Amino acid sequence: MTSFFEFARASLPALLEGTTVTLQIWVLCMSGGTILGLLLALGRVYGNKAIYALSTGYVELFRGTPMLVQMFFIYLGLPDIGIVLTAVVAASIAIGLNTAAYQAEYFRGAIQSIKAGQMVAARSIGMSKAQAILYIILPQALRIVIPQWSNEAILELKFTSIAFAIGVPELMARAEAIGFRTFRYSEAFVVVALIYLALTTICAQLLDMLANKVRIPGLGMRG
Amino acid sequence: MNLVLEVEDIHKSYGDLEVLRGISFGITQGETKVLIGPSGTGKSTLLRCINGLTPPDKGKVWLDGIEVTDPQTNINAIRSRIGFVFQDFNLFTHLPALDNVRIGLMRVRGMKKKEATELAMEELRRVGLADKANAYPAELSGGQQQRVSIARALAMDPKLILFDEPTSALDPELIGEVLEVMIDLAKGGMTMLVVSHEMGFARSVADEIIFIEGGKIIEEGPPRQLFASPKHKRTKEFLHKITELYGEYREGRS
Amino acid sequence: MIWRILIREMPYLLDGTLVALKLLGSFISLGFVIGIVLAVMEVYGNRFFLILALMIERFFRGVPAVVLLFLFFYGLSHIYKLSSFAAATLALGLRSAAYQSQIFRGAMQAIPSGQMMAAQAIGMSKFKAIRHIIIPQAMRLAIGPWSNEFASELKDTSLAYTIGVVELLRRGKYIVSYTHGNTLIVFGFISIIYLILTRVGNMMIYHFEDRLWVPGFERRGG
Repeated sequence: MTSFFEFARASLPALLEGTTVTLQIWVLCMSGGTILGLLLALGRVYGNKAIYALSTGYVELFRGTPMLVQMFFIYLGLPDIGIVLTAVVAASIAIGLNTAAYQAEYFRGAIQSIKAGQMVAARSIGMSKAQAILYIILPQALRIVIPQWSNEAILELKFTSIAFAIGVPELMARAEAIGFRTFRYSEAFVVVALIYLALTTICAQLLDMLANKVRIPGLGMRG
Repeated sequence: MNLVLEVEDIHKSYGDLEVLRGISFGITQGETKVLIGPSGTGKSTLLRCINGLTPPDKGKVWLDGIEVTDPQTNINAIRSRIGFVFQDFNLFTHLPALDNVRIGLMRVRGMKKKEATELAMEELRRVGLADKANAYPAELSGGQQQRVSIARALAMDPKLILFDEPTSALDPELIGEVLEVMIDLAKGGMTMLVVSHEMGFARSVADEIIFIEGGKIIEEGPPRQLFASPKHKRTKEFLHKITELYGEYREGRS
Repeated sequence: MIWRILIREMPYLLDGTLVALKLLGSFISLGFVIGIVLAVMEVYGNRFFLILALMIERFFRGVPAVVLLFLFFYGLSHIYKLSSFAAATLALGLRSAAYQSQIFRGAMQAIPSGQMMAAQAIGMSKFKAIRHIIIPQAMRLAIGPWSNEFASELKDTSLAYTIGVVELLRRGKYIVSYTHGNTLIVFGFISIIYLILTRVGNMMIYHFEDRLWVPGFERRGG
């Protein structure tokens, strides 16, 4: 019976492979999700009635249903209408669509927290609404939203673990496989728990550093 | 004489409240006119009607012969030729002073960075803040912020500058530096329409003072006339109250 | 055709919903109690308690929910065999405690220090002051963020599926397997049930917040 450390060391290669998949999914879903979230927020703040209704409907739907259900829906349900996706793609899309809904709310809050005078001043020097949004509103909103965006990013990192339920060979799935093979479940999951802890801590630090780099005095950042 | 701004029969209501009831006047090139009157009588609203930020319910506005109130007109182009200085400055919070002044040139006029920077620095020098080019608004005092916002308006080479109570949000000791800049501008021939309570300023540079109350122009005329021998009782009462409250403007910083 | 099946199976699905709600009730209460304790430890405890509480919080917030579920269900299995429901309650409960303690801690720290000083000045012990003065105010401040957490955890009950708890989602899957298909419709139906649950849950919390309201405390636009 090997010691815990030996067990951990032996499992590491497989677990690191899983971590790579985890990170792949994470980067994909965060990039897509952030862009979509921003568009949804703009739709809710500046859109006409139809756009507002659509964006709001989307946000309510994805925030009101569990991540796992959304994943099953996309991976297992879409084939019913002919859309067949690999597990990795389905997971990335599901998590991406989900995070977009939450980010839409954060972005909306940030945009609406900017004083009305900023938009008025931009219009008064002759900028069109689109120019004002692009050059004046968004640069400020993106900075304001950083603490919440970082939180969301860390959350999604942990959510990637749900993908194991549809067979994606990410970190959690590998742990289950090892546990199943060796019957040393508790140790396998403890190792994985520690890996996730390390990942989330490192990411939190990196995001903090990023936040400090783009700081501007006087641009209120709510923690 | 070139009529830069013409305002004809402006009406504006907010719900049941009619704040402007038929305002008409004109400003020729190089003139400085000051709007005075009790608070809430729509003076700020009038300024916003002029540059289209708040379209009037009725009436027309012409800038240099082009009708601002015509829905076909390119309002952004008009706004880029009218400078607007706000009561609470409204500097772009995320940009340093230089960028605040330069962004209109680059993004609205399409100027190249080098040229825009030169022009912007010139305007900053003009308001005495060249050394603060890299400071963010949060790092500047109120008076400095307002001067930067004047530089921002000037950079666009406006035909007319509208000032909406430019010193009302400032601490008393900072008012002087802003008024100095405004007086220089007026003496230099800029066409200006100013809403203000600063009577000393009005007295020294206004070509004409317009007294608005209850949404209508009660009296208009050169400062001499309004202060020394006003035609209407209301004018006299208002001026008396105002000079008591705000005092006289003194040359230089107090 | 599938609709008739769904309607016929409604009691089965509703029972699954009840299981989910029972799970939610158990683990959120567990989280509530432990969460308050952790928060008090962090705000008013000495250095030892502070660090202990922070470490617990760190662990249960940094590790994904499914990993925790598996840890408690499979991982503990040779020490003590837990039912999947119990394991889920423990795992999600401790995790909930970590998140709730953060909310309570924020609420407690938002209360002006003068409140504690005044309480002690009339002779209350620290413990009494916390119980009678701080916590009642903190609870009102915490309702907003707490309701967000509640909605989140309601949806997390679906994760218990992964360790075999036969709640709503798993029942939905069973229906899919024995009707051989119609996955989209069944999952769509399940989603609607969750939507209704979150809506109702939020409404109840708003109502509760209204009843608790005291002049001087800002209410979220209800």
